[in-house]
This record gives sequence, structure tokens and C-alpha cells, in this order.
Amino acid sequence: MSTDTHAPFDEKPETPRASGELIRLERVTKRFGDHTVLDNLDFSVDAGKHVTLIGPSGSGKTTILRLLMTLLKPDEGVITVDGQQLFPAPEKQVREVRKKIGMVFQQFNLFPNMTVLRNITEAPVTVLGMSKDAAEERARELLEMVGLTDHLDKHPAQLSGGQQQRVAIARALAMQPKVLLLDEVTSALDPELVAGVLDVLRDIARSTDITMLCVTHEMNFARDISDQVLMFDSGRVIEAGPPEKIFSEPEHDRTREFLSAVL
Amino acid sequence: MNWDWGAVADFMPHFWDGLLVTLQVLAIGSVISFVLGLVWALLMRVPSRWVTWPVGTVTEFVRNTPLLVQLFFLFYVMPEWGLTLSALTTGVIGIGLHYSTYTMQVYRAGIEAVPVGQWEAATALNLPMRRTWTAVILPQAVRRVVPALGNYVIAMLKDTPILMAITVLEMLGEAQLFARETFQFTEPLTVIGVAFIVISYLASLALRALERRLVH
Repeated sequence: MSTDTHAPFDEKPETPRASGELIRLERVTKRFGDHTVLDNLDFSVDAGKHVTLIGPSGSGKTTILRLLMTLLKPDEGVITVDGQQLFPAPEKQVREVRKKIGMVFQQFNLFPNMTVLRNITEAPVTVLGMSKDAAEERARELLEMVGLTDHLDKHPAQLSGGQQQRVAIARALAMQPKVLLLDEVTSALDPELVAGVLDVLRDIARSTDITMLCVTHEMNFARDISDQVLMFDSGRVIEAGPPEKIFSEPEHDRTREFLSAVL
Repeated sequence: MNWDWGAVADFMPHFWDGLLVTLQVLAIGSVISFVLGLVWALLMRVPSRWVTWPVGTVTEFVRNTPLLVQLFFLFYVMPEWGLTLSALTTGVIGIGLHYSTYTMQVYRAGIEAVPVGQWEAATALNLPMRRTWTAVILPQAVRRVVPALGNYVIAMLKDTPILMAITVLEMLGEAQLFARETFQFTEPLTVIGVAFIVISYLASLALRALERRLVH
């Protein structure tokens, strides 16, 4: 992927993206105790698309990301990523398929015992077998992209929340995933730090062909970057469509209620 | 009661011998308890009852029986089973083993205190389990528990005189031997009392310095 071809800020590019289905969930059910979070859910995401999941809290959006990252296991159903089954699958295959997926967390989850640089190079070196030099060079490029080149020898605790989250984005991208899962990545940030993180993500959405699956409450951001918006309610997709349609003329009452509450 | 500096001077050569033994017991005993405690703590996380049940039972047993009984057992019973070790070796192993059952709980608390997000980030980056432990979880867990481990070092120091019971001549043993021969109790006991305070104090200073280095 190229990170140096920046399109102008206010223009949605028509760059051809990798096509075909990348993620598929079939009849996925997830329960926590008696509570069914995802109910027989089917949905798929095409390669290169930016999909935003919206909906009230508890509607199962984050659960989908966590299932894809294998932080949770579904009770029923099949999950396929890039043609390979992620669930059910033997551990060895899970490890293989998981390489294609990266995640950025609400709470950043940087490793506090490592420098910024080492946070980014750790996995490429130990998982992908990159040389330390190559991994560091790549880390520097990524840090430049997220605007943090001066901070590579610092520890996470010395950075602001916004800076930490940008490091976490660089860390996820360093593994060169095909899919980037973004789990409410600005929810834990002070308001003045949100824009910096969202700009970085817009930049990535525009300049790479990475597939994004994004849970957010930032509706303007969702409108900007999304190819498709999925409205969740009680573990089901109740409405799906391009952002212009979902945000301007939602069909479903629940969508209208939700949007009027958050916009 | 008269204070006799002459007795102090006479005792000092014995004192140095005892001090050396006490410090050896403390240093090696601490290392054993740190390493073994970590081993217990990690074994207790193995998702198999065939591992956790025996480890849990043995460590619970050791933690809840007196150190003195364990030392007697190691010193007098093990030779009958064909394992004869010197008194000092027996004492170091006994005290290290005993304290490992405490340090294991310290490690457990430290491991559990590492936020679940750290595990999740390690999974998201596909780090192998071993690497997750060595590079992510343990460095954070150990850093958190250094103060608690240090307290056990000081507690262990205060338990070293128990080794006298299996003929190890640490500081108290030397003091008692000296007192028996000279009938002068005040001076040797005072000297070793002061020595215990000084060692504890130096240990706690070293510990605080270590904590400061770890928390940056």
C-alpha cells in the first residue's frame, strides 16, 4: 500500500480498490449468559470498503469487531476472512487468518513497558519475522504518517491520549493487515484530541486500500469515510446503505430516533 | 548490668561469620523464593486440573505449616530417604521454598492486575503466547509487585534465626554459642539486634531505589 499519494482533503477518491468479499459472517450468534447480543447475524464486507457500524450501545457493534479479532468466540455461526475460515478453525489456522486483521482499541492498549518504537516493531519482528532494521524503518514511516516522529523513544505514559491512539494506529498498520478494526477509537479522548486522530484515519482511508470496519459515535467522521453504514439494533442490522442515504433519509424509525439523539 | 566492650570485641569475629551466613541465606533464599514463586504462579494458570490441583495442594500445605516443622522435616527426615544435604543448604532450600508459597500469591496478584486490554492487544498483534508473557505481561506484573516482594525479603531476614534449630550458625546461632561459653548475653544479642535493623534498613533503601528505577 502506498502512503505517499495524498488526495486533497475534501475529495472522495474514485481509486479502484481490491474487489471481492473479504469478510463474511454467517448465522453468527453470540450470547452473554441469557442475553443474546448477536442474533443469527449475516453480513459481509467487500475488500477495500469502509464500513461503519452505528447503533445504540449494547446493540452488538463492538461484539462483531471482537469476534473478528478472535477476542471472543461466537456461540454459533461461521466467520470467514479472505476466503479462510476464522471460526470454527484450529488454532494454527486462527493465527494465520488473524495476521490479516488489525485492531485499534478504545483504550489504546499500548504496551506501557515498551517505547513507542518498540510498541510498533515488536509484532513485525516476532510474528512476521522482519529484521529489526526493516521493522524500525517501517515504524518510522508510520510514525511520520501519524505525525509523531519526535516521540519514538518515549514511553506511552509520556504521551497524550491522542498521541497514544495515533501510535496504536501505527502499531496496527505495521502488521500490514488487510482489515483494520476501529473500536470507538476516539471515545476515550479529550474532545480537543479527537480531530487529530480522525484526520489520521481519514488519511489512511483515502490513501490506502485497507478495509475498515469502524464502530464510532462520530457521525461526521462516519459520513466522511464510509462507503456503507450499518445501523444495528438488538443484535441485528436493521438498515444498511451509503452514508448519504442513512444520514439524510433513513427508512427505519429506530434509525431516525438514534440519529436524532446523536446528531 | 554492665556493658562490656571487651565482650563485644571478643564476639565480633563470630559475628562476622554469622553475618555472612545470614546474608547468604537471605540472598539465595530470596532468589529461590522469587523464581519458584513465579513458577508456581504460572503453573496455577495452566488450564488443567492435573497441574493446578497438585501445585495448589502442595503450596497450600507449605504455606500453612510452620517453617520450623518444614526445616526439621528436610533436615531429619530427608536423610532417611537418602537425601543428605548440609544444614546451610537445607536451610536455604527450606526458607526459599516456604517463602515461594507467599511470593506466588504476590505474582498472581501482579499478573491479574495487568489490564485485560494488554492481553487483547497482544492477541490483536498475533503475538505468540510465550512472547505475550515474556514481553508484555510479566514485565508489567513484576514491576507492580516489587514492593510486595521486597517486604517478603525483610520478613525472610527476620525468619533466618529459625535456621539455628537445624544447627545453622547464622547471627543468632553465633550469638547464642558465644553467650553459652562466656555467660555474656547482653553484648552479642545487642550486636546482632543492631545488625538486623541495619540490614533491614539497607534492604528497604535498596528496594525503594529499585522501585524508583522501575517506575519511570
